[in-house]
Amino acid sequence: MKLPSLRDVATEARLLLIGIPVFLWTMIPIYHMFLFAISPKEDAFSGKLWPDHPTLHNFEIVFKQQHYFLRDFYIQFWNSTVIAVSVGVLTLFIATAAAFSISRLKVPGGRTVLNLALFTYFIPAAFLAVPMYRTMGNYGLLNNHWSLILAMVTIASPYAIWVLKQASDKLPVELDEAAVMDGATTLQIFRLVYLPLMMPSLVAIGTYAVLLAWNEYLYAFLLLSNDREITLPVALGNFLAADDSPWELLMTTGFIYALPPAAVYYAFRRYMVGGLTAGAVKS
Amino acid sequence: MAITLSGDQAIPGPPLSSRLTPAQVWGIVLLAPYLLVFLAFVVYPVCYGLWLARAPSNYVALYNDPIFARAAVNTLIFLVIGINIKMLIALFLSGFFAQQRTWIKWLSVIFILPWAVPSIPTILSVRFMLNPEWGMINHYIFSLTGDDGPNWLNDPTVALTMAIAVHIWKSLPFWTLILITGRLAISHDLFEAAEVDGASWWQKFRYITWPSMQTLYVTCTLLSMIWTLGDFNSVYLLTGGGPADLTHVLATLGIRYLRLDQLSLAMASIVCAMPFVLPLVYFMMKRLSR
Repeated sequence: MKLPSLRDVATEARLLLIGIPVFLWTMIPIYHMFLFAISPKEDAFSGKLWPDHPTLHNFEIVFKQQHYFLRDFYIQFWNSTVIAVSVGVLTLFIATAAAFSISRLKVPGGRTVLNLALFTYFIPAAFLAVPMYRTMGNYGLLNNHWSLILAMVTIASPYAIWVLKQASDKLPVELDEAAVMDGATTLQIFRLVYLPLMMPSLVAIGTYAVLLAWNEYLYAFLLLSNDREITLPVALGNFLAADDSPWELLMTTGFIYALPPAAVYYAFRRYMVGGLTAGAVKS
Repeated sequence: MAITLSGDQAIPGPPLSSRLTPAQVWGIVLLAPYLLVFLAFVVYPVCYGLWLARAPSNYVALYNDPIFARAAVNTLIFLVIGINIKMLIALFLSGFFAQQRTWIKWLSVIFILPWAVPSIPTILSVRFMLNPEWGMINHYIFSLTGDDGPNWLNDPTVALTMAIAVHIWKSLPFWTLILITGRLAISHDLFEAAEVDGASWWQKFRYITWPSMQTLYVTCTLLSMIWTLGDFNSVYLLTGGGPADLTHVLATLGIRYLRLDQLSLAMASIVCAMPFVLPLVYFMMKRLSR
């Protein structure tokens, strides 16, 4: 071990000069939310950086549904979960089948379908929301979970198909040919050769679709309105409707709502970073 | 299950099976679910929406609505200024995070948090911080200076700036991450050679980093612009389009018309954005579908 030279110290100091603002910028809104969640109502507005009497009382109120805004907390949490999981499963099913068909079976017109999907991917979701809202009304699906599930599948599958198609293209053709030689049917190739090899991409895409649906606010608030049908983010938005909305409870609920996606993200980060960023932008 | 059934039925059909191999039949069957979703939830809504927006009177009404003009300008500011600032910071930070240090590794794990958590609670958290009476920020301004802080979200310029800041806060990690991947793909030998030749920090960036990253950087900027057109949350949850509907962007304006039951105006405002969106989309598709 030699002592660090003056030049090293200067470099380190310069890096810290970037690192500290980056850390503060990232953490302040999240810490602010956490601070409200652990503060009793009196402390919440005192502007202290740490409450005098940190408490889990807010969490207790949320979990016991002891507030007007929270009376359907569990059912809304459940709605969010069911919708997110359904979107994940349906997207995986639709996108894997389509990617297999386009990439491995070379179905006629596959290229066109892929371009259409890519086109949908680039149309901003908020623009599609307006006609989608009306369409769901025409289909009689408004206020029904299926409207949100189907809308989110529509939004998630183009990217899913595209990423899965890229990943399928990398699998050697010889695998399929060998399986055909051995007398495997198309479905057997799909199940026994294709799916196992695609597992890492499937995990990434499944996670992507689940998180997309869990985090969605705009579509959820347009398509669902009944208090017992809405998802958590819509319920959080509804807090704002009242002037005297209990901030500390809103932040507590928001904190609980933010935990699962953050946990899922960090658990699957290995897949997400490799599988998604590689597909997101190809230079 | 329904898919398997229709597949079995498709194979014995005489005219089809004579022309298509079983693999191709399966190809069509497996592609069918997506095609159905696409027809029912993209083609039909878009055509229906265009049909609703067909009357020229809608466009006259939009033209006469000062909120529309304001929203169009706000959207341009958001895209041209906001996105470029964001991408420049991302480019800069990608260099910072590419440094090999343990603490920077840890910082990068924390740095991704805004991207990993849902935007609703964090945007509302910022909204509370900016509250003129009860918010944290004005509380500190008061205790430091003895003056009342500004009424942040009540000034359209400040409110829009804050919405852009919230957008940057949320999506900066994603773009930084992608630019880091681009940076790490550059061969390290080039930098070592430059080091030997005594190249300055700027020269290394100008002659090695930038040439190998410019395509990626431009692609990312355009892609981010397209997506930001649809950024509803940053504006709606922070300012709600206010004060006096002066901070709307096209994404929130469409929804505002929808809430006012003016569906044809909502569609018309989106149609007006298409001349800007479609060239970008076309360009991106050419880039990505090679």
